[in-house]
Amino acid sequence: MHPGDIAALWVTLKLALTTTLVLLLGGTPLAWWLARTRTRMKPAIEAVLALPLVLPPTVIGFYLLIALGPNGPIGGAMRWLGGPSPAFTFSGLVIGSVIYSLPFVVQPLHNAFSAIGERPLEVAATLRASPRDRFFSVVLPLARPGFITAAVLGFAHTVGEFGVVLMIGGNIPGETQVLSIAIYDHVEALEYTQAHWLSGGLLLFSFLMLIGVYAVNRRFVVIQP
Amino acid sequence: MSLEVDLSLRRGDFHLEAGFQAPGEGVTALFGPSGCGKTSLLRAIAGLEPMARGRLRVNGDAWQSPNHFTPPHRRPLGYVFQEASLFPHLDVEQNLCFGLRRIAPRQRRVGLEEAVELLGIARLLRRRCMGLSGGERQRVAIARALLTSPRLLLMDEPLAALDLASKTEILPFLERLHGELKIPVLYVSHSPDEVARLADRLVLMEAGRVRASGPVAEMLTRADLPLALGDDAEALIEATTHGYDPDYHLNYVDFPGGRFTVAGAELPGGTAVRLRVLARDVSLTLEPQQGTSILNIFPARVESISPINPSQVLVRLNTAGVPMLSRITRKSATALELTPGRQIYAQVKSVALLA
Repeated sequence: MHPGDIAALWVTLKLALTTTLVLLLGGTPLAWWLARTRTRMKPAIEAVLALPLVLPPTVIGFYLLIALGPNGPIGGAMRWLGGPSPAFTFSGLVIGSVIYSLPFVVQPLHNAFSAIGERPLEVAATLRASPRDRFFSVVLPLARPGFITAAVLGFAHTVGEFGVVLMIGGNIPGETQVLSIAIYDHVEALEYTQAHWLSGGLLLFSFLMLIGVYAVNRRFVVIQP
Repeated sequence: MSLEVDLSLRRGDFHLEAGFQAPGEGVTALFGPSGCGKTSLLRAIAGLEPMARGRLRVNGDAWQSPNHFTPPHRRPLGYVFQEASLFPHLDVEQNLCFGLRRIAPRQRRVGLEEAVELLGIARLLRRRCMGLSGGERQRVAIARALLTSPRLLLMDEPLAALDLASKTEILPFLERLHGELKIPVLYVSHSPDEVARLADRLVLMEAGRVRASGPVAEMLTRADLPLALGDDAEALIEATTHGYDPDYHLNYVDFPGGRFTVAGAELPGGTAVRLRVLARDVSLTLEPQQGTSILNIFPARVESISPINPSQVLVRLNTAGVPMLSRITRKSATALELTPGRQIYAQVKSVALLA
């Protein structure tokens, strides 16, 4: 493999892992809240969370570019705190990927939490489990298929990201260049052999991930926007 | 009185406003038609209805008052839901231990072996919950609730979701609990049969309110309550077996008003039993009949006569202090010149023996 491709593979894996981790940590309380809330704002909130499913990635990328730039709200805040503006950096990529893959993690978790219903929690309460205890001893184990689905989809979707990364990543080899963009560059340069290797690898990888999900969760809930 | 309930709950059109008291032992049935608020009241007592207001004291401890609400996990109660609701991610033994592990060892009064033996589930311990029958699940759920060593056991129609075979399988275990538990049990039911078998006291509910409450034998025979006026109106009589006639397969059973002769398999002498006598199986005569096939004839005093419909009346009888009901035609009542205080004879055509 081309040394640049190995670097791209490494950046991709690091990005997908970081994004999945951030999304599982942040998406769990968000999905739990969504599954339990009775606020009338719920449809609007769900619509906002599902936006990344339907928006062209370039639209997300464009707005992120403006927000992350030195004069944007996020970039400006970072600069005010004394840090660099996150556009064209790895942390900028993480922010973009988190937003882009958010529904792929939150929706399976939301579905899993909703499917549990009130009853197991009430039973656990009458068996002396505190609210925190109930979450860890009943909700998490019962929602396990949802967590597996969420993690795999979040990871795979981040690996397959192209448009957002193109807009905010800057395609810096070894730092912000990911596999999907490396493939694009190879094709542009008519290096079809290398493009084949990377594309075939990603195809196989995605297929294996999904087989894993379907095998573990026999009833697989497909993403619904 | 060690259970004092005075709770209210408003949910949409439904308004629960229920108060009653119950002693520190025995089974109190919450009885009434569907939708009368039995389950809501039980949930409010468990703390599962955070919108419930009012007061609740159990054995002198305030679980709820206008400025205090103990959350459900801090209330020392056991709750058996209508559906067993076992945790599907745990096997039977782990389900049983879920509550047990959360009780401090010195507060445990019921051990795993004891609960397993009481409900006959020893051979199920290693099983997954998925493979259990409805009756087995409910027995596991009852044992799971008992293992928290509750000070109050709440049961929400634990038999309602089961088929007849599973019901028959569980009832003996519930009757055993009734005998062996030294804690108050609140049992929600709309089945007169379960009430007759299990309850000591009855809280009669109607449209979110408590219509009346008291000892079950008295409640079933009160002429001012709908229970005594229904088709299946009945009297419950606490009695003790006295002997057995193996030739005729008859048990002799004593109660304060005399001796019942009841067909069936032999019961050991001195066993406490309940007799169930339907109002429509009791006829009245002015003189003790000779030459009749009816074996159970007792002298009684007429207490009250209440109309049921244009053709029938309900006569409430007092048999040496034990209330009994008789449902006869208005024509017969007039012909016999029945008035309160009159001495007559009650002929019991059929009687059911509840162990």
